Amino acid sequence: MSQLAFWICGSGIAFAEPNPPFSPTNIFAPASTPAKSIFGLTLFVLAVTAAIFIVVFALLLYAVARFRKKADDDGREPPQVYGSNQVELAWTIIPILIVVALVMATARVVAVVQNASPPGNAILVTAIGHQFWWEYRYPGLGVVTANELHVPVSDPVHPTPTFIRLLSADTDHSFWVPRLAGKTDLIPNHPNTMWIDPMATGVYLGQCAQYCGTQHAKMLLRVYVQSKDEFDRWIEQQHQPASISEAVSQGQQIFETTACINCHRVSGTVADGRFGPDLTHLMSRDTIAAGAAPNTPENLRLWIRNPNAIKPGSLMPAMQLSEQQMDALTAYLETLH
Amino acid sequence: MSTESIAWPSTTEESRSFVEHLHEWVATVDHKRLGLLYIAFALVFLIIAGLEAMVIRIQLIRPHNDFVSPQVFNRLFTMHGTTMIFFVVMPVLFGFANYLIPLMIGARDMAFPRLNAFSFWMTAFGGLLLYFSVLGGNGLYGAGNAPDVGWFAYAPLTSQTFSLGHSTDFWTLALLVSGFGSIGTAINIIATVLCMRCPGMTLAKMPLFAWLNLIMAGLVVLAVSPLTAAQIMLVIDRYLGGHFFDTQAGGSAVIWMHFFWVFGHPEVYILVLPAFAFASEIIPVFSRKPIFGYSVMVGATIAIGFISMSVWAHHMFTVGMNAAANTFFVISTMAIAVPTGIKIFNWLATIWGGKIEFKTPMLFCIAFLFQFLIAGLTGIMQGAAPFDWHLGNSYFVVAHFHYVIVGGILFCVFGAFYYWFPKMTGKMYSELLGKLHFWIFIIGFHLTFDFMHIPGLLGMPRRIYTYEPGRGWDIWNFIVTIGVFFQAAGILVFLGNLIWSYFRGKPAGNDPWDAWTLEWSTNSPPPDYNFAAIPVVKSRRPLWDLKHPDDPDWKYE
Amino acid sequence: MSATSIPLAEGRTDWDLPYRGRVAMLSLITAEAAIFSIFVVAYLFYIGKSLTGPMPKGVLSVPIFYTICLLSSSLTIHLAASALRRGTIRNFRILWFITIVLGAVFLYGTATEWHRLIYRAGLTISTNLFGTTYYSLVGLHGFHVIVGLLCLSLVMAFTLLGSVRAEHAERIDVLSLYWHFVDAVWIVVFTVVYVIGM
Repeated sequence: MSQLAFWICGSGIAFAEPNPPFSPTNIFAPASTPAKSIFGLTLFVLAVTAAIFIVVFALLLYAVARFRKKADDDGREPPQVYGSNQVELAWTIIPILIVVALVMATARVVAVVQNASPPGNAILVTAIGHQFWWEYRYPGLGVVTANELHVPVSDPVHPTPTFIRLLSADTDHSFWVPRLAGKTDLIPNHPNTMWIDPMATGVYLGQCAQYCGTQHAKMLLRVYVQSKDEFDRWIEQQHQPASISEAVSQGQQIFETTACINCHRVSGTVADGRFGPDLTHLMSRDTIAAGAAPNTPENLRLWIRNPNAIKPGSLMPAMQLSEQQMDALTAYLETLH
Repeated sequence: MSTESIAWPSTTEESRSFVEHLHEWVATVDHKRLGLLYIAFALVFLIIAGLEAMVIRIQLIRPHNDFVSPQVFNRLFTMHGTTMIFFVVMPVLFGFANYLIPLMIGARDMAFPRLNAFSFWMTAFGGLLLYFSVLGGNGLYGAGNAPDVGWFAYAPLTSQTFSLGHSTDFWTLALLVSGFGSIGTAINIIATVLCMRCPGMTLAKMPLFAWLNLIMAGLVVLAVSPLTAAQIMLVIDRYLGGHFFDTQAGGSAVIWMHFFWVFGHPEVYILVLPAFAFASEIIPVFSRKPIFGYSVMVGATIAIGFISMSVWAHHMFTVGMNAAANTFFVISTMAIAVPTGIKIFNWLATIWGGKIEFKTPMLFCIAFLFQFLIAGLTGIMQGAAPFDWHLGNSYFVVAHFHYVIVGGILFCVFGAFYYWFPKMTGKMYSELLGKLHFWIFIIGFHLTFDFMHIPGLLGMPRRIYTYEPGRGWDIWNFIVTIGVFFQAAGILVFLGNLIWSYFRGKPAGNDPWDAWTLEWSTNSPPPDYNFAAIPVVKSRRPLWDLKHPDDPDWKYE
Repeated sequence: MSATSIPLAEGRTDWDLPYRGRVAMLSLITAEAAIFSIFVVAYLFYIGKSLTGPMPKGVLSVPIFYTICLLSSSLTIHLAASALRRGTIRNFRILWFITIVLGAVFLYGTATEWHRLIYRAGLTISTNLFGTTYYSLVGLHGFHVIVGLLCLSLVMAFTLLGSVRAEHAERIDVLSLYWHFVDAVWIVVFTVVYVIGM
């Protein structure tokens, strides 16, 4: 029933709409080739299952209505029918044929998506899943960032896909941005690969889709699909070393002499921790804590003071700093564009 | 309208003390008593796991809700799933099997009564052990620590590194212990069905109930053992420094998934085959016709049993297996739809041309047919692997499997309760309350589980204690939660009916449904020895033959 | 309404169903085979995947003698069961005892092998993947041998007390099925560990 409704709606949804109806994570609004291949298969499967549903449902409904015991029943048992070989054969053969059709359609899409290999101009990203954030490295471009993935838009005529290698630093995770592709898991000691070629700019949302511990629910995904120019400018910006400013030197000093540097990296300084997100360009991000809160000074301060207020059970410890130290530290971080 | 069976006159009953009554029940090896113990045990855990579900749904009624903390939520969904599968559905099905199989095949008890008792108490102990974790799961974080790793406990989340304290150990050991109980019961069912049938009852003449439970038992023997093995490996990893699932030492997290799902998929067929058994007994009686295509039903079930052992990795389509492996599991998953569909068609054909009586057992079984059809179709959708790359691990899956387990299995279990209640207690249940239960519950079921598919299609993953507003999930989660209260009300009506009818129901007699299998030929409730004399049968419906001596079944079979 | 009642079964000799002990033991063997299969799969999967530590070729020595002992015990238990069926209790007693001795010798061999591996070769269950899978698989088998020996010893005790007679042959058959299973598993374990795994 609900499947039927969506089948009807799905075929009417325009591709790559900026704000697709119902939801920004609607699987019926594909914006990238893998998602589109799945969408095509989805429509076929929904059509077949809807047809089966209508036929069998109608037969059941008819049987239940027509063969009710009537009020004026004569009390005799109805004809005792034990079976029929022809009927059994019919409803064995027809389902087998349906199954064959479904298998063939499915196998084709499996091959198309899984057997693709990166063309020369593909952007290569390594995504490393952590409890409870995403690390992104662009090996060819020398960029390390966290939580917000930037990729160039892909022209269907001359595609520039992004191929993502999926690794994990701890437990199992899963990368799911429905409008761009099906989900693929990040499993330690088991590298996976997926690819996307988003055809319209914008921000695409998703989240971790494999239970990974306490804060699995707030390991959100944001994929920024940008025009070639914007993407190049972003790369440029990520290449800059961290900004150093006299005005926030106290904050910087607090950062570099407390436990912060055990987990975090700020390039060009002594901070070189790998356990937590790279903070060199923290202010270039819209959100903090893997999408759990918007990146505002108040939220940043709160996050450092008491992570459990935003993401209870996250692995960032509450830094026991005085109010004045908090002010200075936040001011410093606010300069990391 | 049945033959009189001879019951020994009861000796003068001195009033026995409470302790003596208790001892009778605790020390019993009688299959009927053990069956009732299993069923009572399952009902208690149904309420507990149902309350867990209620809290889960209240937390999810709106985004960013804070009814419970994430830590509590994660324990709740782990306990809910584990409890429902191992300590509600399996015990209730084993309970009915234990009670009914000897009666249906004309035997006096199961093949191994003491093994039967041992198996029940192992299961019971497993359940208690799991819940003891709430009190005694003392780990590094202090008192009270139920497992929070999900009911399938993926590695390496279950390693000592990520799962501190003992909560995961309670999960492992509780299921290890109850697994031995399940295997014991399965061995008992196999031996009983193969070795204890009354004269004349060849395998081709035994009720479908016996066949389906036999095949279920075969699956238990083959499939529960891999879980046992994997759990032993997990214990070795956690306490002896083993590396089975230790990815840092070159171990594989994926191999846990393979081992678990080699158990996990046949497990769902273990759950559904006895439900099919109930439907296969109830639908013919209330359609007043024999089951359509008995041999094909048996053959289809055997096929399901075999194929079910080959589909497991359709739970792992997103794990990164290569295209060939994924395609293999697509094929096997789609293939199992064929015998399953055949069964639905045969039940439909049983109803076709009959004279349907809409008593409560039949209402539940008819609803089962509609709902299982839908559940099967959403299963096919997920069998199309690329589609599953979206649907997997989302609320679509949660909706699908609840559709099968609640809409399919639980509905048949309710039907079974009402159908055999008169036999087990000697009293008729209240038909009014039964119908009330049905309608309230089915409204709640559809509110919750129909609409639950939608957030999955809109990108909502499972096992999240809260969700973001603005994803389009809010209204659907709200409706899903409302449905839960209807279901709870339905269960309360159900329990009230059971209790009230037990004390105040009208005497039911031996055969209130004018049915055809052997359990209806003896008293309600049956005497300890089941039958005064072991019956001899000539067809699949011995009581039909008796009631229709001019037109017996054995002329046509 | 009392029409012809259901015919009675007394005196009927043509209704012969399998012995339930045998069916139950075969079902148990199936379950155990499934457990062993998982450990065998893990062993095979992890061959060559250890990141460190002693490798099979470097530390394992093929236990030919002890294997012969265990497999011979299958022969002796078979002969013992036949002896019991014929009623020759004395032969049964001797052969049964030999079976137990052979099984115990096998266990002794496993114990000495493990002692050498742990204390001289430095291989424990936590050393590496090889250690984990080796001790688990061989240990699980050894555990089943121990259980089998306990059951066999119990029968030995009953025999010495004079309680075992020819009419118990079917039950002894069922127990020997378990013992044959344990030996068959050893053939598989031996092949996987000492042939394929090296």
